[in-house]
Amino acid sequence: MKGEPMNFANKIAAGAGAAGLALFAALPAWAQDAAAAAPAPVVGAPVVDKGDTAWMMTSTVLVLAMILPGLALFYGGLTRTKNMLSTMTQIGALACLAMIVWVCYGYGLAFGPEGNAFISWGKFFLAGVTPDSLADTFSDGFKLPEYVFISFQMTFAAITLALVLGATVERMKFSAALVFGIIWLTIVYFPIAHMVWAAGGFLFEGGMFGTSLPAALDFAGGTVVHINAGVSALVASLILGKRIGYQKEIMAPHSLTLTMVGTGLLWVGWFGFNAGSALEANGSAALAMINTFVATASAALFWMLAEKVAGHKPSALGFCSGVIAGLVAVTPAAGNSGPFGAIVLGAVASVICFYAVTVLKPKLGYDDALDAFGIHGIGGIVGAIGTGIVYAPSLGGPGGADFAIGPQVATQVVAVLVAIVWAVIGTTIATTIAKALTGLRVSEEVEREGLDLGEHGERAYNN
Amino acid sequence: MKLILAIIKPFKLDEVREALTALGIAGMTVTEVKGFGRQKGQTEIYRGAEYATNMVPKVKIELVCDDALAPRVVETLQQSAGTGSIGDGKIFVLDVGQAVRIRTGETGEAAL
Repeated sequence: MKGEPMNFANKIAAGAGAAGLALFAALPAWAQDAAAAAPAPVVGAPVVDKGDTAWMMTSTVLVLAMILPGLALFYGGLTRTKNMLSTMTQIGALACLAMIVWVCYGYGLAFGPEGNAFISWGKFFLAGVTPDSLADTFSDGFKLPEYVFISFQMTFAAITLALVLGATVERMKFSAALVFGIIWLTIVYFPIAHMVWAAGGFLFEGGMFGTSLPAALDFAGGTVVHINAGVSALVASLILGKRIGYQKEIMAPHSLTLTMVGTGLLWVGWFGFNAGSALEANGSAALAMINTFVATASAALFWMLAEKVAGHKPSALGFCSGVIAGLVAVTPAAGNSGPFGAIVLGAVASVICFYAVTVLKPKLGYDDALDAFGIHGIGGIVGAIGTGIVYAPSLGGPGGADFAIGPQVATQVVAVLVAIVWAVIGTTIATTIAKALTGLRVSEEVEREGLDLGEHGERAYNN
Repeated sequence: MKLILAIIKPFKLDEVREALTALGIAGMTVTEVKGFGRQKGQTEIYRGAEYATNMVPKVKIELVCDDALAPRVVETLQQSAGTGSIGDGKIFVLDVGQAVRIRTGETGEAAL
């Protein structure tokens, strides 16, 4: 907008070289428009499309809104009053920690210029990155400013770490969470992100373990974000142990109102997460968008249906849980499924997650406090494997005519297993180190009194 | 003087207040309370975790009146707070030794 009056003024100042310069400066912009409109492959200089860039910057801040305030309210509402601030503060602080670690060395370990199938290196402290640096999109010749790509991926690291906290809230020390966060990102998140998303990555390239299997399909991070976070959450909660009074005392959510608000923010932000993962403002992003609507809608309804069938009332928390289960399941499938495949995927994931959190968890007796594993882990696994099915063109998916479900599902299973094994080992190490350095749990007194007062010296509600 | 203490269903409060005001009761203290009696509580379920809440929300009314009015207050309370179902509440009547209006220092029934 600022440019227009200036150009106008320049044109009035005819005769001076300014007018000529302004015209000259405008020429490459027209050339860019023509290149963007032309379907033919672009030869020569890469194109940075301003529409793509604007969409990716928007998507990036949408993912931030998923964390703050989305996830903070979603998780916070599910905890007891005395742990509200602790839950939200841990989420906020760990997301911030992930951002700093990301620009220091995380980006280099996940997307560095040199590396092998499991990790990369280079560009530490963003060395060599300037406003003119470019990052690839999925279209040849079309690029994004690298700072946008770095920022977008940064928010993914931040939310994945924050998701893990869902299993450990109401008893894990703030200091332990910080130590755990740094180590976990380093040995779990960055390698898995590299394996799945970076060129040359173990699951990005396919043909793993000497097979002829195709590359894994993971549109927006079902494996990297949700299976990874969910499994890590389960392991961390097992090592941490149950909350005092678990399955004996009442641990009802203190505000389902806030949980509902958080659910809404997560859903809205998830459009940046899923449709943004197209890295361009195009048809693939549009497909991811509609799937993020309908898979979620289906999952929300099916969770409540499952409650009804199980003899309960269709509940608000069930609605919220279904929304999240659907969003998780459609994450790997977002641009890899037709809308009706996504509806089925959302429904199936929702019912399986319902079973996992209402039947399986109480039976096994582990204390995954806010069901990070039950929804993100289980939903992520269903979504990842299901993506290998709904991708088929015969089911309305965007796969090519030569697409075969069998080998793709096999690849998806391999990707899931790699993520599970990696997350279990890495989380065990990270948790053990945190335990040695800071101790994992707050004292029994602090746990009973609440972590808000004991760890932060505040109460969420003073009336 | 009598202290009349009534535990009633919360949604009956306005009706009770109107009926007692019509009787000439000029003030009362109301508290939101929880408790249990013969009325069964409810079961809450959050993602499969069932919690039986045996504490039911009620409203407690405290008011003091002169001895002559007390039977009519009790009768009015019983009529206006009643629904005929379990959980309607209880009324207790206690003797009061003294009453003082803090502002003026008036004592006894003049302080009510």
